Amino acid sequence: MPQVSIARRISTHESKGVTLLLIGVALIYLLLFLGLPLFAVFYEAFSKGWGLYWAALQEPDAWSAIELTLIVAAIAVPANLVFGIAAAWAIAKFEFKGKSLLITLIDLPFAVSPVVSGLVYVLLFGAQGWFGPWLQAHDIKLIFAVPGIVLATIFVTFPFIARELIPLMQAQGKEEEEAAVSLGASGWQTFRRVTLPNIKWGLLYGVILCNARAMGEFGAVSVVSGHIRGMTNTMPLHVEILYNEYNFVAAFAVASLLALLALVTLLVKSLVEWQAKRSGEPLHHGA
Amino acid sequence: MSITIENLSKQFGNHKALDNISLEVNSGELLALLGPSGCGKTTLLRIIGGMELADSGRLLFHGENVEQRDARERNVGFVFQHYALFRHMTVFENVAFGLRVKPKKERHNEAEIRRRVHELLDLVQLDWLEDRYPAQLSGGQRQRIALARALAVEPKILLLDEPFGALDAQVRKELRRWLRRLHDELHITSVFVTHDQEEALEVADRVVVMNKGRIEQTGTPDEVYAAPATPFVYQFIGNVNLFHSRDHAPWSEQHGDAVAYVRPHDIDISHTPQDGTALPVEVKLVRAIGSVVRVEVAADSSSELIEIELSRERFDAAPLSTGDKVFIRPRQFRVFEIGEQHELSAA
Repeated sequence: MPQVSIARRISTHESKGVTLLLIGVALIYLLLFLGLPLFAVFYEAFSKGWGLYWAALQEPDAWSAIELTLIVAAIAVPANLVFGIAAAWAIAKFEFKGKSLLITLIDLPFAVSPVVSGLVYVLLFGAQGWFGPWLQAHDIKLIFAVPGIVLATIFVTFPFIARELIPLMQAQGKEEEEAAVSLGASGWQTFRRVTLPNIKWGLLYGVILCNARAMGEFGAVSVVSGHIRGMTNTMPLHVEILYNEYNFVAAFAVASLLALLALVTLLVKSLVEWQAKRSGEPLHHGA
Repeated sequence: MSITIENLSKQFGNHKALDNISLEVNSGELLALLGPSGCGKTTLLRIIGGMELADSGRLLFHGENVEQRDARERNVGFVFQHYALFRHMTVFENVAFGLRVKPKKERHNEAEIRRRVHELLDLVQLDWLEDRYPAQLSGGQRQRIALARALAVEPKILLLDEPFGALDAQVRKELRRWLRRLHDELHITSVFVTHDQEEALEVADRVVVMNKGRIEQTGTPDEVYAAPATPFVYQFIGNVNLFHSRDHAPWSEQHGDAVAYVRPHDIDISHTPQDGTALPVEVKLVRAIGSVVRVEVAADSSSELIEIELSRERFDAAPLSTGDKVFIRPRQFRVFEIGEQHELSAA
């Protein structure tokens, strides 16, 4: 018996010094590159006191940026929720031709620079774009308007939910669904009573990440928005404009809201992970 | 309810899973589909259950064509190898599922559902587990719950896909007997898939032996064991010794190129040659296994071992030990020509 414990100690335990060194390096790195900027955001936002902070947030343009960000997320997240479930369902439960192509396509937004995805929309729907004349003739404005921002955001946040669900649903197989159907359940009943409860934590996890990205997206949105103050500015764009105008307090005040969103996201994400673990549904963090 | 299968075929890519299968399952019988993995038995079961569609052929329940009927409309209970219990529901809710998803006008009230679920949990003797989740149950308990769940909708046909395949030997044996008793009580037409010949022979009224998408033999357990129709069945069910006509001409002399199949317990051993056809051999190994004694012998001319099983009484009457020179002679054997036997090498 003593031999076993010695062997284990040798193979899995480094000396105390090495352990401390590794933890120390990781900690300093985190503080320097993640903690410090986060602190700086809040520090700058409050540097001229609460009064100016509140004033900056209550400014109409700031409000409209916040509003637009919420609207865009409120459209993009549900759209990708429906798409994500549909795609994951198709990929995990059925065999069909072109399946791997579909998986690759879902990953496309991860591979493409957001600026490029924004530009693609301009090329397609802009005034000089392929569909530009037709859109103009029918008096539809996509680019430099809210619909374009929504489209670009949907594109960029496309993979989050699908990617979360595909491995989860693949691992769960389709036996439970088959059992439900053989017991007389309809397609909808099977989905609502069997499939959905089985993926709920993974789904929530994907929604949280998708939402964080939808609200925080800069590159793609920047290209299609046109930066019209009070009209087509989302929060990240608004921060940039304020900063370029040397209005640091206001810029950091809005930025602090985004930072707060990030912190809330992390908190909720940890809660979901904890809940999922407790309920025994393994969350997959692949890809 | 009887099941009629006519000329059923199913192909997966290049693999012929089912090759022109015809089979009749009588009302109220317990039928085993027995065969090695990949022989098509599970595919056949899934086609009966409506989880898979046949490429061609006909499927009738009680004379009525059901190919076009969706799985949910076939009124078939299905029990899966890995239970497929709904992991987020309690045992009670699992069993109640089939009752709760019924269309509104057919649905029972809550009290009636409770009564039925408890009746079923009683039947599988697991009433005390109603509040547990599947993850908290043992394999044997899970499978019994899965069975109760399938029975809840009062299916006319029960299909079981390797129901005991994922369980350990002891539990498996218990559940087998339990399933047999249950079937004797309920008399519901049942088809179960297994690769375990002992299981098939012990539980089923009739056994269908399958190989490579085709039916090799259909018969009672006794028939398939005592009178195998093909070399494959001979080898798949029980142990068997092969004697090639080249080496052991006297036993298969009436045939040209042929192989004689002899069960280990159909061989006599004696210290003197019984007659001219007796084969002189040397005892290589003697091992008592429970109630039987297994003796391995080899002919002088070859290194191939021949397996013989003796009852303890017969062994004690004429004990053997390693190195003894004895004579063996088959009491009973069956000869297949090489052409027929061809299949076997690949099986």
